[in-house]
Amino acid sequence: MRLRAGSAVRLVVWTAVLAAAAMAAGALIKGPLGGYYFRLLILSGIAVVAAVSLNIINGFSGQFSLGHAGFMLVGAYASAGITLFAHHSINRAFDAVGLPAGARTPVEFAIAMIAAAAAAGAVGLVVGLPSLRLRGDYLAIATLGFGEGIRSIFVTVDALGGASGLHDIPEYTTLTWVVLAAIGVVMMSRNLALSTHGRALFAIREDETAAQAVGINTFKYKVLAFVIAAAWAGIAGALLAHSDKNIDPRSYSFMKSIEIVVMVVLGGMGSVTGAVIAAIGLTWLPELLRAAAVYRMVFYSALLIVMMIVRRQGLFGRAELSIRWMAETLRRMTSRALGERR
Amino acid sequence: MRYWALICALLVLVLFAGCGKKSDVVLIGEYGPFQGQIADYGTSVHSGIMLAIEEINARGGLLGKKVELESEDDRGEASEARTAVEKLITRDGVVAVIGEVASTNTMTAAPVAQTNKVPMITPASTNPKVTDIGDYIFRICFTDDFQGAACAAFAADNLKVKRAAIFRDVGSDYSKGFAAAFKKVFTKKGGVIVAESTYTASDSDFKSQLTTIRSKQPDIIFIPGYYEQVSQIAVQARQLGIKVPLIGGDGWDAPSLLTTAGGALEGCYFSNHFTPLDKSTTVSNFVKSYRAKYKKDPNALAALGYDAAWILAEAIKRAGSTNGDAIRRELSNIKDYPGVTGKITIDSHRNASKPAVILQIKGKNFVPVATITPNQIK
Amino acid sequence: MVYGVLRLINFAHGDVYMVGAFIGFYSSRWLRLTYTNGQVNEITPAGMLLIIAIAMLGAALLGVLIERIAYRPLRRAPRLAALITAIGVSMLLEYGGQIVFGTTKKDYPWLAGTAQLTGTVQSFGGISIDKVDVMILIVAAVLVTALHLFVQHTKPGRAMRAVSFDMETASLMGINPDSIISLTFIIGSAFAGAAGVLEGMRNHYVEPLMGLTAGIKAFVAAVVGGIGSIPGAALGGMAIGLCEEAVRAFYPQITDAMVFGLLILILLVKPTGILGGGTVEKV
Repeated sequence: MRLRAGSAVRLVVWTAVLAAAAMAAGALIKGPLGGYYFRLLILSGIAVVAAVSLNIINGFSGQFSLGHAGFMLVGAYASAGITLFAHHSINRAFDAVGLPAGARTPVEFAIAMIAAAAAAGAVGLVVGLPSLRLRGDYLAIATLGFGEGIRSIFVTVDALGGASGLHDIPEYTTLTWVVLAAIGVVMMSRNLALSTHGRALFAIREDETAAQAVGINTFKYKVLAFVIAAAWAGIAGALLAHSDKNIDPRSYSFMKSIEIVVMVVLGGMGSVTGAVIAAIGLTWLPELLRAAAVYRMVFYSALLIVMMIVRRQGLFGRAELSIRWMAETLRRMTSRALGERR
Repeated sequence: MRYWALICALLVLVLFAGCGKKSDVVLIGEYGPFQGQIADYGTSVHSGIMLAIEEINARGGLLGKKVELESEDDRGEASEARTAVEKLITRDGVVAVIGEVASTNTMTAAPVAQTNKVPMITPASTNPKVTDIGDYIFRICFTDDFQGAACAAFAADNLKVKRAAIFRDVGSDYSKGFAAAFKKVFTKKGGVIVAESTYTASDSDFKSQLTTIRSKQPDIIFIPGYYEQVSQIAVQARQLGIKVPLIGGDGWDAPSLLTTAGGALEGCYFSNHFTPLDKSTTVSNFVKSYRAKYKKDPNALAALGYDAAWILAEAIKRAGSTNGDAIRRELSNIKDYPGVTGKITIDSHRNASKPAVILQIKGKNFVPVATITPNQIK
Repeated sequence: MVYGVLRLINFAHGDVYMVGAFIGFYSSRWLRLTYTNGQVNEITPAGMLLIIAIAMLGAALLGVLIERIAYRPLRRAPRLAALITAIGVSMLLEYGGQIVFGTTKKDYPWLAGTAQLTGTVQSFGGISIDKVDVMILIVAAVLVTALHLFVQHTKPGRAMRAVSFDMETASLMGINPDSIISLTFIIGSAFAGAAGVLEGMRNHYVEPLMGLTAGIKAFVAAVVGGIGSIPGAALGGMAIGLCEEAVRAFYPQITDAMVFGLLILILLVKPTGILGGGTVEKV
């Protein structure tokens, strides 16, 4: 992806503006909103990162990955490794550089998230390799196997914490970080979609054999999809670990991977907007259903079935929300209103 | 498409409805697994708490008001446990929280209570690190450290065995800590651990590991796991000709332990918080009321839930208010409280100092054969 | 079978297995087929076969219902949409099961004569086998052989194979895909129900979440053995089972990871499974 100087500047400016807004919002709304809704916002943001990243594999490249929770788990552990065990070494490095106290936590967390992305991306590389020989549902089961395999490694190896997982992780996740990550993954998805690499992925999705015939290195792009998606999933895992202050490896199971797959499919496979909205919606839905007490999950599953039957392509299908579409719709709505007055 | 907007709006209303704190009741929060893998434990604890709350209200409530319980399901997931407690404390405004069963879930949710200065009592989490989280976090059951020591003391001092094998659940935090505590005290008392093997909870076949254990000829096999696997392990051990007694902990406590084990567990032992066969008035009254309400006998988790709710009520009464700090102070001062799970004293680390009862399986019953008090462990 | 015909990973299969196990449990109670012997409830081999039959019937019914209500509307939909629906059905059965059946484990009766633990085991040179296991092997062998014969040598069986090969062409040949798919679900779900009862007889308990890992392992076994081949599925099941036990004897901690490792290895070496046929990809 080549960025022209102008658009690079715009990128930085927009990011800074949104980050500042998120920071302000975080500070302002936490009090009156209360811990519960604040927590839901953070969980929604993490879900967005997880879903939009999975959308790159499932939606853009048309592959079928059922092990996304495994990448999140790797990222969670990698980041916790930094913030728990490398904490002192990092602080000494900060002392050497003379970093002011206020900046230490964000920088340390940034390092932790980079570690998470790198570790998860590396695992994504390994998981993507079988895509050379496997397609469709066979690849799906292989990714499922990898996800469960990763989980069982973390559960049984005591040196990594074992079944107890990791505790007392510092709570570094703030709304700002979550919003930044969500924006980051969405923007990266968008840029990917508009680039030649993205087009290659779409070609693979539409017809892999034809893509090969046209000269696209399908293996390279399929693995690339896995690596990028896994890296972002690692970031999501890092955010979650530093919000829960705990990692319970047993909860990063196949079921969690399925929850993320549901978000992507419900939103519309291939649609970034759909993934975002579905991620937020499906984070809030079980909470909204708390009023149903013990029937909560029954309603949730029934709703899933109904939604797929009623709208099988998901909420957005392949479409995206765009400024142009919004402007058009607005114009249509206003002209209709004006028209009626005549 | 219009209808979707309407449905969404309604759902959002539901979400925000009930915002704000009720002032005419004393609202107590409970969070636990009511659905999912460990739902059985959550529903047991819940039954004990509900019974206690009914009794409290029948005697006039607390501070002149009725007591209400707000329960939230966390599906047994740590992340959800934290969300549930956030809701209970920040949205519903509970004065205290009771929960959870699984230590990992409790430890994820407890920081929320600590930050918001709301007392939290766990009825059944046995990991020692739970109460480290802060001075608002209390525990009214014994820890795995104590339970492991109690089993080891019983095996070494009462049963006088010298060679033990450990067969633990590798995927369970509880099993890991429990086994470690047993090993420490058993070896300190001069015993030898001849074999240590592991299984996972999803297994249904244990013969491979049992054959290895059999070859080391232990006098007793310590199985700090859950009843589902324990009963099958016992059956398969007997099929392999292993005749020595098995010993375990509160994870064994379940009515179906015996029906799935057949006679394989006859004569075996396990430590527990509670036995309905206890002849004291406290316990027999509790068992009677529980039977009347639920038409079945209470298990240890129900008894612990009952004690947790009653101890909380006692603390609120003594504090004379619903102020978190006052309740917390009264909880730390609980001494020799006559619970159905034993005489409970809250120590300086907010853990319960109380005895463990060793039960032996005789026929269809779990018969108490020994009580190990904290003093005996020293 | 279901996957071969519909190309749908039926997540609800494990839960139909669970419902079958519960049907077996309740029918053994309501038909008074169990009697108390000492501490346990027992059932005769004839009783066991009867509850298997009833469970198969009930499970078949449930399977057809699921197919009609949840899967048929999505017949032409993208595969992932049907998958999500299958997941929804699975969750519905699991969480609903916890409400309807309760969260406690229900104890299954023992096969008569197996509760006394000495003397029920036949030993062949150091290898011990339980009477219940013998029953399970017999029932499994009978059912799988019957199915294989049905699929290979009967007209509906041939129709099933045709539909799994190419649904459109099969329908052009006069086969009604809807009835074939329903037939597939009837048989597949019936087998799942039988498996549930067998598992209950073996482990002596049932609970609403017992289908979770079973469903995944069943699919893994089917994939390892080769989709579209019934002997392959049986072989895959044996392979997975043997691998599990072999690993468990030496390194019990990594059993699950090794099973999936085996899966990935087999798929890399032979992507269509052990007995799977090659599929032609049209350009």
